[in-house]
Amino acid sequence: MSELFRTCPRSGLVFHKPAETLIKLNAVTAVVFLAVGGILGLLVVMTRWPAVHLLSSELFYQVLTGHGIIMLLVWIIFFEIAILYFCSSTLLRSRLATPRWAWLAYALMLGGAAITGVAILQGGSSVMMTSYVPMPAAPHFYLGLILFAVGALIGCFVFLGTLVVAKNERTYEGSIPLVTFGALTACIIAIFTIASGAIILIPTFLWSVGYISEIDPLMYRVIWWGMGHSSQQINVSAHVSVWYAIAAIVFGARPMSERVSRTAFLLYIAFLQLASAHHILVDPGVGTEWKIFNTSYAMYLAVLASMVHGLTVPGAIEVAQREKGYTNGMFEWLRKAPWGNPVFSGMFISLVGFGFLGGITGVVMGTEQINLIIHNTIYVPGHFHPTVVLGTTLAFMALTYFLVPVLFRRELFLPGWAKWQPYVFGFGTALMSLFMMGAGTLGVARRHWDMAFSGAPFSFEFGGAAYMMMGLTGIFGVVSVIGGAMFVIVVVGSLVLGKKIEDKSEYTTTRPAILPLGPAAPAHHGKGFVAPGTFVLALVFLATFVVYYFLNWMYLSSVWPMN
Amino acid sequence: MSALLPPSERIWGNAPLDKVEGTWIAIALVWCLFMFFMMPYWHVFGKQNYSGEAYRTTPAAYSAKVEAMVEAHTVRKETDQQIPVVRPPAGSDVYLAGRLWSWYPALELEKGQTYRLHISSLDWQHGFSLQPLNVNVQVVPGYEMVLTITPDKSGEYTIICNEYCGVLHHAMMGKIYVVDR
Ligand code: HEM
Ligand SMILES: [Cu+2]
Ligand SMILES: [Cu+2]
Repeated sequence: MSELFRTCPRSGLVFHKPAETLIKLNAVTAVVFLAVGGILGLLVVMTRWPAVHLLSSELFYQVLTGHGIIMLLVWIIFFEIAILYFCSSTLLRSRLATPRWAWLAYALMLGGAAITGVAILQGGSSVMMTSYVPMPAAPHFYLGLILFAVGALIGCFVFLGTLVVAKNERTYEGSIPLVTFGALTACIIAIFTIASGAIILIPTFLWSVGYISEIDPLMYRVIWWGMGHSSQQINVSAHVSVWYAIAAIVFGARPMSERVSRTAFLLYIAFLQLASAHHILVDPGVGTEWKIFNTSYAMYLAVLASMVHGLTVPGAIEVAQREKGYTNGMFEWLRKAPWGNPVFSGMFISLVGFGFLGGITGVVMGTEQINLIIHNTIYVPGHFHPTVVLGTTLAFMALTYFLVPVLFRRELFLPGWAKWQPYVFGFGTALMSLFMMGAGTLGVARRHWDMAFSGAPFSFEFGGAAYMMMGLTGIFGVVSVIGGAMFVIVVVGSLVLGKKIEDKSEYTTTRPAILPLGPAAPAHHGKGFVAPGTFVLALVFLATFVVYYFLNWMYLSSVWPMN
Repeated sequence: MSALLPPSERIWGNAPLDKVEGTWIAIALVWCLFMFFMMPYWHVFGKQNYSGEAYRTTPAAYSAKVEAMVEAHTVRKETDQQIPVVRPPAGSDVYLAGRLWSWYPALELEKGQTYRLHISSLDWQHGFSLQPLNVNVQVVPGYEMVLTITPDKSGEYTIICNEYCGVLHHAMMGKIYVVDR
């Protein structure tokens, strides 16, 4: 059997033909869903904007269910499957294991997403992506999710299979590259996640068709969040890998220490997936010790891992820049970074937004007692948009700008738009999220159609500040959607209208040369800090964290005593 | 491009650790440990905790308890829906039910007194969200959760629902009046 490979002359990356096709297909499908989810996001945010209040109540909940599922599951996971194939086949210069199974994975995911999508469109399944029992959805709502998950699981096994093939066929020597290692972390967590998902969604499906009479709603929450939370760890591992990859691509940066970065990834596997308890901190009947163990021991060691990556990624960039001679002062390395290159700016905004907005707020609201003043308020989407939108989505967008010329062999269409896109999207999303957090602190609920409570037997008025915050959420939400639309236009435009790159890059049946080892680290260790600027930034981060943490304890101490 | 290439040290576990990283890991670890101890500390010394007290129940059994309390301690009815306002004795067990789409009944409590507030749902999941205090707990059918509360300011408090529970979720509202003795 002859395998076809081509080498990209720009990047030196080697693409196995079937892998290349599948990476393209999964990535393009992802972007199409991102566009759909973005339109739904626009409708959601225009409804939560009190002065606009666009949709009817029924339609709002239907659209919000669609927005959550399409964004969090469909867009992100299709893109992650593309990343898995890229990190195994392309980075290791290996053939993709069992392309047929990878096609099956794709078909199941697409079919599953379509089936769930139809269920949502039909209107009987406006149950939100969490689909808490005993609120019922149509059976095919769950069925579609199950098929989608099975497809993703197959994709994970194709990735693992490719690692085995690469090892057996000796396409590289030594250990797998750091980025592939991060993808492996994501894949392992994904397998755990899908198992939890199956444990809970299959019985729920059977319940919806009447085979099982009852599902315990608390048990549902515990297991559902075993999936729902750890699926966020997949995203974190994946986007951290993308950060490392971009630091390497743009700056030639080498990880500061392979040992530290890899150990930090391993901490994700060991701990983050246990942290699901922080979604049920104020649920009845969940023991305190377990909550504390889960949120502290388990979550904080994973938080530690993210804090480590948050230092080592910019640290690696700083070291690389200093080696190029940008050594003046603390921050010349950062000032002279290519801010006009969306691959870099997208990645850097992703890193800062994820850390400062997503990370800090996640830890604060995951603190057992503080959760009392945050649970289910609109603060919660205010927290996770910085994680999944600024963190994951923007990192994936940045990687896409790199992939368009390399993988699709097209020049970027509207490069001026591409240059501005990470800023518009990052700025809009960050401010939208901040105002959601502000409104949540004032008590405004998430998943809530009317903050004026029309039709309620009693009356209650939120103050002007809460209304203003929701108005600003609306305005910056629209900015965020514009940023998202710019991305979709640039990418789709590039694929259709972008100038074809005529570099010579033909498919051959010759096996690519073995992957060389990375360069050895120069021996500058021990002479003081190699990345002082990054260290200062890290201290700023820590100070913000500490202040914000105590501020929330202060808020908490002002409410009624209770226990 | 070495994050994209196999590490030059064949055994990555032996790679050197840089000072910046070492220092940061130490600082971050201390902070994480601190945050860890903050939670048990607050359980002992803080005043706002949910200890996890909860019991299994059924909608029928819970509804019976609510009705018994409404029967015994209703002081007046409010709104054109004639929603009972219940004034349970200070220090007693108080039963609040979430259902599609109301919090039942309305309560009148005395400032400075401690009550055992039981909360459960008679149908789907709901979110107890007390405004403007902004105290929020999850309400799950089949489970009766007990919060021991001591309202320390008088005034009118509103319970809204912040777990999505259907098309009239936004209209689900209840009241707790806290009155001076
Ligand atoms: C493009 C701009 C976006 C806007 C304007 C937007 C807006 C919103 C708003 C306002 C909410 C909260 C609604 C509520 O709870 O009442 C929400 C929920 C949500 N968003 Fe977004 N969003 C955007 C992008 C994204 C992206 C890219 C993702 C995922 C990668 C995402 C994932 C979610 C999820 C999972 C929910 C929760 C749904 C639920 O409560 O079940 N959003 N979005
Ligand atoms: Cu409700
Ligand atoms: Cu509700």
